[in-house]
Amino acid sequence: MEFLTGIWGVVAKDVRSELRTRYALNALLMFVVTSVATILFALREDEVTTDVLSGMFWVVIFFTAMSGLSRIFVSEEERGTAMTLQLVASPSVVYFGKLLFNIGLTLILSCAVTLLYLAVFPLFMIKSMELFVLTIVLGSLGFAAAATIIAAIIAKANTKGTLYPVLSFPILIPLLMTVMKSTARALDGEIFSAAFGEFQILASYVMIMVAGSFLLFDYVWKE
Amino acid sequence: MKLVKYAAIGCISFVIIAGIAIPMVPQPQSWLEFPVIPGLEEKARNIFFHVPVAWASVLGFLFALYYGFRYLRSRDYEYDIKSVSSAGLGMMFCVLATVTGSIWAKFNWGSFWNWDPRETSIFILLLIYGAYFALRSALGTDELRARLSAVYAILAGMTAPFFIFIMPRIVGGLHPGAKGDSAGSAPVAQLHMPPNMLLVFIIGIIGFSLFFVWLLHVRVRAARIEYQLSQEK
Repeated sequence: MEFLTGIWGVVAKDVRSELRTRYALNALLMFVVTSVATILFALREDEVTTDVLSGMFWVVIFFTAMSGLSRIFVSEEERGTAMTLQLVASPSVVYFGKLLFNIGLTLILSCAVTLLYLAVFPLFMIKSMELFVLTIVLGSLGFAAAATIIAAIIAKANTKGTLYPVLSFPILIPLLMTVMKSTARALDGEIFSAAFGEFQILASYVMIMVAGSFLLFDYVWKE
Repeated sequence: MKLVKYAAIGCISFVIIAGIAIPMVPQPQSWLEFPVIPGLEEKARNIFFHVPVAWASVLGFLFALYYGFRYLRSRDYEYDIKSVSSAGLGMMFCVLATVTGSIWAKFNWGSFWNWDPRETSIFILLLIYGAYFALRSALGTDELRARLSAVYAILAGMTAPFFIFIMPRIVGGLHPGAKGDSAGSAPVAQLHMPPNMLLVFIIGIIGFSLFFVWLLHVRVRAARIEYQLSQEK
């Protein structure tokens, strides 16, 4: 019980400090708008396939996540509050708190990208809703899990911004390939069971990432 | 280590001579003749060099991961030295495997790069090595560098099952063992080779593994001296 209240405390603290500045949220949403606009300039009159659309969809989410999700640990180092957090909370509490915050941020981000795509691309039609929703949820979980532990690593490095996508990309490739495929299936209106294999991969990816990060986080976090 | 060195030289010399000199004939009669594999012909000889080099690049990563793990348990810099030396060697072998494979692909499949699952995997291994060294160069102190790069190696290793077991089955490919191959899909390509080719191939794998171990030993000794010099300053 103490564990859960601890996690909740970390999440509440991060949400409060985020709402004060709205740094991550504003930056993320503006990034989404600009990158979707760029894609629109490029594909204005083309009849693109669902494969291209779902690829573009996750490209936007990937780069947006890479521009904002590292905030969670980088801000602690910049403000010099990492030490205090180490004193008041155990590493696992901090890890799950940060993970939950990043999951929330990624879900908001993917919803925003989805709404924008629905509005501007006439060909982006979700034909099987449950498939799409499950893909987004599992994909966001996996994204947040990988992004959180990498953020913890790069928060200690000298060149934080450029290093983040470099380190995350090789780790995220299995996830990206799978979500692109199952998003394309959702846009094509395939039945739910067609994407069952993809969901197995996504679920195992999320589990491996969360369990592994949980075990490794101690070594990253403690001085 | 001297023994390892001579054994490696012996094995690799044998593979170079046997792999290149043994003629390929349509109906092999004796032990000293390879069969002609349709579609591959003389290009099949590359398998004695390309696969062992690719194997050594994976070996480099596994050693880096293992020593990284040992470092986290013991906090002994000796293991970090071994880990980074192994990663450096693995990267060299990874580049070699990519280049030999790419040239082979050009002459067999028509283009240098096809995004076949195994080509994708070696590309990702190359990216992981790149990211590993980028991370190391961005970390300030020795302790931090050793600790975080070990964590990153383990984290990258955790995604390996997806590339080895899962991706070759969901994406169609050109290598043996991929989805749609008549021989059936297997995590590692099944070896449908006549016994004499298999022997040369296995000696190649052993030779390159020993070569890797010997090179690692040399690199570790050099890195150890470098580390001691940096401590004395």
